[in-house]
Amino acid sequence: MSQSATAGHVVENYETPLTPESWGKLGMWIFLAGDAMSFGALLATYGALRFGAVNWPIPVEALGGVGLSAFMTFLLICSSVSMVKSLEAMQNDDRLGCIRWLGLTVLGGVAFLGMQAYEYTHLIHEGMVLAENPFIIDSTGSVVGHWHEGMELAAGQMRASSLFSTTFYMTTGFHGMHVFSGVVYLSIVLIRVIRGNFSADDTNVIEIAGLYWHFVDLVWILVFTFVYLV
Amino acid sequence: MSGDSAHENNYYTIFIMLAVLTAVEVGVPMVITASVPKIAILVTLAVIKAGMVALYFMHLRFEKKTLGIIAILPMIICSFLLFMLMPDSSWRWIG
Repeated sequence: MSQSATAGHVVENYETPLTPESWGKLGMWIFLAGDAMSFGALLATYGALRFGAVNWPIPVEALGGVGLSAFMTFLLICSSVSMVKSLEAMQNDDRLGCIRWLGLTVLGGVAFLGMQAYEYTHLIHEGMVLAENPFIIDSTGSVVGHWHEGMELAAGQMRASSLFSTTFYMTTGFHGMHVFSGVVYLSIVLIRVIRGNFSADDTNVIEIAGLYWHFVDLVWILVFTFVYLV
Repeated sequence: MSGDSAHENNYYTIFIMLAVLTAVEVGVPMVITASVPKIAILVTLAVIKAGMVALYFMHLRFEKKTLGIIAILPMIICSFLLFMLMPDSSWRWIG
């Protein structure tokens, strides 16, 4: 902490009592706290709607398994590791290492977005869109078929709640937007590293960008559990 | 941060733990089908994983304790929100 604190004194007049390295870091933490409340509101709403619904499908069955989303989780965890390694490399004055790890982090984010696009395309083709879905379920929530116009439902079967797809797309979409912003944000930081900005004593910008990226990973861990697994 | 080089090995340890916990999470619904224990275990695992990301990758563990208040506040408010919404949802269980 001491070495960055020294660097902080050069550019800043007053130091924050919470994050002596930089005000920017405190700013990012406060932003993330606000952002966490947005995600918290989405997840709490999801929980309340699901708890109150009689016709909620079992997500694993409706979404076609958890293989892809589990891999997406793993990918974000990997990109979190490459992010901390990138910061560490710069702190050790290893610019090339920093560029390499940060580049990997950006690639991880892009791959995540690609997979999400693939997943969305697949689900939309199946007929699951923001305001409706085609799933027919039995009383346990098991998906037993797909609805089409003029179809007669067997006894004990019902159509799945349209709120299932609404909450799914809102929550994962809001997160995907964060990944997209993160990719743009980290790309800008990457360009600045390549241009020769920052040094072992001046890593605040990378660390703050890292905070954002880890937060996106953290939220996905929760989204993956609540939306896909439970 | 002066302590960072000391955490070097930690990052990979955390990474392996996160990967293993993710694998466990995927396995849980296949083994445990009763909803209450399943949800309890999955939520606990998710909170542990999220906590590990915040404490080690976001370095919260090595920050001043008061910064933790900013981090924990949204969780408290959102849990409160969830419990405020629950009575409304639970009408279906009564009527």
